[in-house]
Amino acid sequence: MKRVLEGSHAVAEAVRLAKVQVISAYPITPQTHIVEILSEYCTKGLMNARFLRVESEHSCMAALIGAQTAGVRTFTATSGQGLALMHELLHWASGARLPIVMAEVNRALAPGWNIWVDQTDSLAQRDTGWIQMYCEDGQEVLDSTLQAFYLAETVNLPVMIVLDAFYLSHTYEPVDVPGQEEVDRFLPPYVPKFQLDTAHPCGFSPLVAPGDYMEMRYHIAMAMDDALIRFGEIEDAFAAQFNRRYGPVEAIECADAEIIFVTTGTVTSTCRLALRDLRAKGEKVGILKIKLFRPFPCERIREELKGAKKVAVIDRNFSFGAGGIFAQEVRAALCNVPDHPPVFGYIAGIGGRDVTPEMLTEIYRQTKNSDAPKKESVWIGLHEVNNAD
Amino acid sequence: MQTNVMDREFVHSGHVGCPGCGATIAMRFVLKALGEKTMMVLPACCWSVIAGPYPQSALKIPVIHAAFETGGATATGVRAALDMLGDTETTVLTWAGDGGTFDIGFQALSGAVERNENFLYVCYDNEAYMNTGIQRSSSTPYGAWTTTTTGRDWKKLRKKNIVEVLVAHRIPYVATASIAYPDDLLRKAKKAKEMKGSRFLHIYASCPTGWRIPSEMSVKIARMAVQTNIFPLYEVEDGLRYTINYKPREYLVREYFRLQGRFRHLTDQDLDQIQQMVNEDWELLLRKAGERA
Repeated sequence: MKRVLEGSHAVAEAVRLAKVQVISAYPITPQTHIVEILSEYCTKGLMNARFLRVESEHSCMAALIGAQTAGVRTFTATSGQGLALMHELLHWASGARLPIVMAEVNRALAPGWNIWVDQTDSLAQRDTGWIQMYCEDGQEVLDSTLQAFYLAETVNLPVMIVLDAFYLSHTYEPVDVPGQEEVDRFLPPYVPKFQLDTAHPCGFSPLVAPGDYMEMRYHIAMAMDDALIRFGEIEDAFAAQFNRRYGPVEAIECADAEIIFVTTGTVTSTCRLALRDLRAKGEKVGILKIKLFRPFPCERIREELKGAKKVAVIDRNFSFGAGGIFAQEVRAALCNVPDHPPVFGYIAGIGGRDVTPEMLTEIYRQTKNSDAPKKESVWIGLHEVNNAD
Repeated sequence: MQTNVMDREFVHSGHVGCPGCGATIAMRFVLKALGEKTMMVLPACCWSVIAGPYPQSALKIPVIHAAFETGGATATGVRAALDMLGDTETTVLTWAGDGGTFDIGFQALSGAVERNENFLYVCYDNEAYMNTGIQRSSSTPYGAWTTTTTGRDWKKLRKKNIVEVLVAHRIPYVATASIAYPDDLLRKAKKAKEMKGSRFLHIYASCPTGWRIPSEMSVKIARMAVQTNIFPLYEVEDGLRYTINYKPREYLVREYFRLQGRFRHLTDQDLDQIQQMVNEDWELLLRKAGERA
């Protein structure tokens, strides 16, 4: 049934339909709409779940680690500082091979206090062993959340569904909300591969010496590789049921494109508009939207970008001393491809600043007019900045 | 003294506790009292090592090893999941050291008991970070040497009174216990098992390695801590009803301190001051228990 939902509520509807059994959360803007409505669903009996109102994000993730180890499907949502506080336990969740699902609403990190969109919070967690999916609109949020449970439970790794603060979390759009029976046909009930059991006492996550630790880490690496294959299979099953598919990346008019934008999240939607206008003027331009960040779909990215003359990566994030994070990853994916196109890195929309079609057109113009990148990163739309020293 | 201890064992040979380890004695007694329908949350502490490395486990109950500061929170999740699965019989037990309870795990513990989560939290207290090599904690007593309070910088601050902090949360049950008084310890663990809501046991667990005592003195020192009023045995129900379980014969703290290498540097004057502090604390406890006006 089509309903007009904000992005946050699209997440919540998927969590309800996935029949999550334990939800834990700590309040942080702009994630709160997700868990407020889930708390209400639990109170009203619209979900048969326990809602744990814990005293911090750190305890939130710890509680889910406990619950998932005891054998139930779990969910939480957080943003920015909350995700940063969870960091230690993000490693724990993947290391313990727990299929926890989390919605992460990208929020800029303090100081200064800023509740608006910036992807540095989730990208700073790239090495924690979580699968990460970046979403563009409310429908993709709902669909990806349903798929996330399936994927997490298939490979026994946690999944982070990532959405832009406000532009996605608080924006109302028509979203097709499936019925429970349809979802049940797609998503099997949770059957843990291991759990705490007094009839079969085991020690989980104990001391592990160098003789075993490395193999355990390799198992996680294999599971992450497997996730890329399973992601496709789960998309097939989802498409068979719901007739929608997103792909680990989406190539938009890339076949004959000379310059390809690489985008994530809601900037992709704005870029679709800029693309239409540029194409109308005869410019050979395309977009490669990256949805799946971990595991990083290197082969698909190489395949889609290798024919382009130039690549322009838009990063709403920054790694100080290195550059835009998606640009780094794209450069790394391309570096062993002979005669690969040069990668131009652009930083835009940091801390919630709007990224307009005009900015994207300007990025296109700069890329077209340069033979090679002059800097690792070009910051777009900056006010005049004086060196503080 | 005749002690009626159940035959069942949940701590098996092959554990890697130090000789005379009070924490191992404490675990053995508590699990005998709780029985096989128990799941343990084990945040980082000596017992993370004592239980043995992968793929072995010296404990014959399910154990989830947990991050240092998460004892209260991880147990919250385990309990919620068991409730959702319809298992209300199994006891969820968090087993943490003083560092994981008094210090780094304090927030998660306070949060869990404020929510009156239905679990038993046991703190085995060896009065310092023993697993990492005897560093001071907020449980380290006044006067003690540790590897971070050496020489003239021996600890000159009081031990945090964790029991009274838990009592202030008005939870159903808070009690102290000692490895030197197994009957009392077993009774309290069994009593706690039968109750609902948050329950907290504070167990005095001597550490020969960290306290610089011979391993055969472990239980004797623990007994002296009770007899000198340094570690009184008492229980508090609903944050209000105090019961003192043991009235000592007023041994002097001097005897307890002189047997331990960690207090070797203390002068007679220091010990007089400590005696006064212990007397004050005991008087305060008697007043709370309604035994002094």
